[in-house]
Amino acid sequence: MARDMEQYLRPGVTRTPFCPGCGHGILMGLILRAIDELGLNMDEMLFVSGIGCAAWIPSPHFNADTLHTLHGRAIPAATGAKLFNPKLRVMVISGDGDLADIGGNHLIHAARRNIDLTVICASNMVYGMTGGQVCCTTSTGAFTQTTTQGNPYRPFDLCRLVIAAGATYVARYSVTQPFALKASIKKALQTNGFCFIEVLSPCPTQFGRRNRLDTPVEMIKALMDKCVTRKKAESLSPTELKDKIITGEFTDGVD
Amino acid sequence: MVACYLSGNEAIAEGAIRAGCRYYAGYPITPSSEIMERISVRFNEVGGVFIQMEDEIASICSVIGASWAGAKAMTATSGPGFSLMQEAIGYAAMTETPIVIVDVQRAGPSTGQATRVASGDIMQAKWGSSGDYQVIVICPWSVQEAYDQTINAFNLAEKYRVPVVLLTEEAIGHLRERIDIGKDVEIFNRRKKPGAAPFGTEERDGVPPMPAFGEGEKLLVTGSTHDSYGFRKTDDPVVQEKLVSRLNEKIINNRDKIIDCAKYYLEDARVVVVSYGFTARSSLFAVEMLRKEGRKIGMLRLKTLWPFPDGLTTDIGARAEVLFVPEMNRGQVAGEIRKYASCGVVSFTQTNGEVIYPETIVQELRRYL
Repeated sequence: MARDMEQYLRPGVTRTPFCPGCGHGILMGLILRAIDELGLNMDEMLFVSGIGCAAWIPSPHFNADTLHTLHGRAIPAATGAKLFNPKLRVMVISGDGDLADIGGNHLIHAARRNIDLTVICASNMVYGMTGGQVCCTTSTGAFTQTTTQGNPYRPFDLCRLVIAAGATYVARYSVTQPFALKASIKKALQTNGFCFIEVLSPCPTQFGRRNRLDTPVEMIKALMDKCVTRKKAESLSPTELKDKIITGEFTDGVD
Repeated sequence: MVACYLSGNEAIAEGAIRAGCRYYAGYPITPSSEIMERISVRFNEVGGVFIQMEDEIASICSVIGASWAGAKAMTATSGPGFSLMQEAIGYAAMTETPIVIVDVQRAGPSTGQATRVASGDIMQAKWGSSGDYQVIVICPWSVQEAYDQTINAFNLAEKYRVPVVLLTEEAIGHLRERIDIGKDVEIFNRRKKPGAAPFGTEERDGVPPMPAFGEGEKLLVTGSTHDSYGFRKTDDPVVQEKLVSRLNEKIINNRDKIIDCAKYYLEDARVVVVSYGFTARSSLFAVEMLRKEGRKIGMLRLKTLWPFPDGLTTDIGARAEVLFVPEMNRGQVAGEIRKYASCGVVSFTQTNGEVIYPETIVQELRRYL
C-alpha cells in the first residue's frame, strides 16, 4: 500500500495476507482510494464480509467498523445493520464463492429489496482459501481441485443475475482496469439502492497453476486478453466473444 | 394492573416490545408465526424495524447485524428453522452478540407435525452449534410467564452479551390467558464504555462493555478466534484457550444469578416431580391431586434449562427418594438430571404430539408412592 492511504488502515496492520500475484490487494487499494477521493468519513462506514480470502480485504485492514460474519451471510448481517441505523454507509466486500454460491439466496433477495448497500464481489472463479475447489463462477472446462477433468457446468453471470433480481447499479471490472474500477466504486458509493460490482481478481495460487497460467504475470495477461469493454463487445461477432468477459456498467445507477 | 387477553405468541411479541426490542427479522413457520405477525403490526406503532427475510439463516444474521448497530433484536422460529439458525447462534456466542431467539417447539424430528406440541429441542438449544459455548435457555409455563420471561430474556442477553433462547411450546404459543402487562419491570440496557476492549476484560468470567457501529469505535467483529480488540488469532493456543474459557465461564460462574425455578411442597416430599414448560401445568395439577390424598409429593419447576440447574438437582436429589420427570420428548432433561441426582430418576416420556394430561401423570406417579 502506498503511504498516502495509511490513514485508512487500522493501526497495527502491517501487511496483507494475500499471495503474490493475488488481485485482492489492488482491489483493496482502489476501494480506499475511491473513499478518499469522495472524502467519506470512515467513522460512518461499516464494512461487512463473509468468509474467504476476499472477506479479509476489510477485516482487519480497514480502519472503520468491520463485521466479519459467517460464510455466505455478509449480506443479511449488513441488511440488519443498515435497516436499524440508516446513517451507516454499508459496504459488503466478499468473494464469489461466499456471495454467490453459499450466499446466493441472500444476494438475489437483497437485490430484489433494493437495500441501500454497495456489494463488491471479488471474483477469482475458485475457492481460494480452502485450496482451489470449483465454484459457481468457474468457467466451463476449467481445472480445479474438484474438477480434475474440467468443470462440466456453466458459470453464473452474476451481473445478469443481480440485474434480473432488480439491483439499481451493476457493473463488472477487472483489477487490470483500475481507473474504471475506481470510478465504478465511487459511483456505487454515491448511488442509493442496491449496487453490485463484480471485480475479476486473479488467483495464480489456486486457479492459475491448474490452468496453465503458472505465474502472476501470465494470469494478469490472460485477464487483460479476456476482458473486453461493453463498447468493444458491440463490434465483435458471437464467435469472437466466445470466452470473453464483458466489462463495464450494465445499469446506469438511476433509481 | 393492565389486563390483556393474549395468546402466548402474542404475549412474547408484547414482552419483546416492553423490553425495548426494536429490530425483528423472521421467516414464517408454524407454530411461531403469530409472533412475527404481531410484531409487524406493533412496530409500526412503536417505531421498530421489522423485516421478513428469505430464510431463517438470513433472519438471525440480520438480527446479529442489527444488534451490533445498537438494537435490541429478536427472531422467532420453530424446530426446523431453529436448526438452520444454529451456526449463527454459535457466531453470536463467539462474538458476544446479545440476541433473543424464540423457539416455539413443535413435534419433530424434521417437518414432523407442524401444528402439534413437543419439547424436543432442549438439547438442540444447548448443543446445536459447533464447539464449546454457552447460551441461556429459559422456558415459560404460562402466557403471563411468556411475557415476563421474554423481558427477562432481553435483560439476560444484554447483561451477559450472549444469545438467549426462549424455549416455549406450541401449547403455550397458542394458549390464551388473561395476563397483566402493566407491572413495573426492570429493563437492563447495554453497558457502554468508550475505548474499552469490546472482547476482553480483566476478569476470567467478565462481560465486556459493548459499543455499537457508528460510534467511532472502529469495531473489529469476527467469528474467528480473536483477542480483546477483535484481531484474528487463528493459530494462537493461548488466545483460543482464554477466549473459550471466558465465553463459557461468564455464564457458568454466574449461574446462580441466572437460574430461576419454582418449588412446590418440597419440605416433606419423598417423590419430587421435576417439570418445565407446559408439562409443568399438568404436573402441578397431578401433585396437588395426590397431596389431597395425603401423599408426600412435591414439585420442582425449572424456569431455566441452560445453564442446567445442577446444584439444585443435586440438592433435591439428595433429599428425595425418586425424581419423576415427565417430558414431551424422549427424556432429554431426565438424562441431564441423572448426571447430578443421587436418587432414582424416572423418565416419563410422551412423543405423540399431544400434551401430557394430569391424569396420566397421576397414574404413573402412583407406582412410586
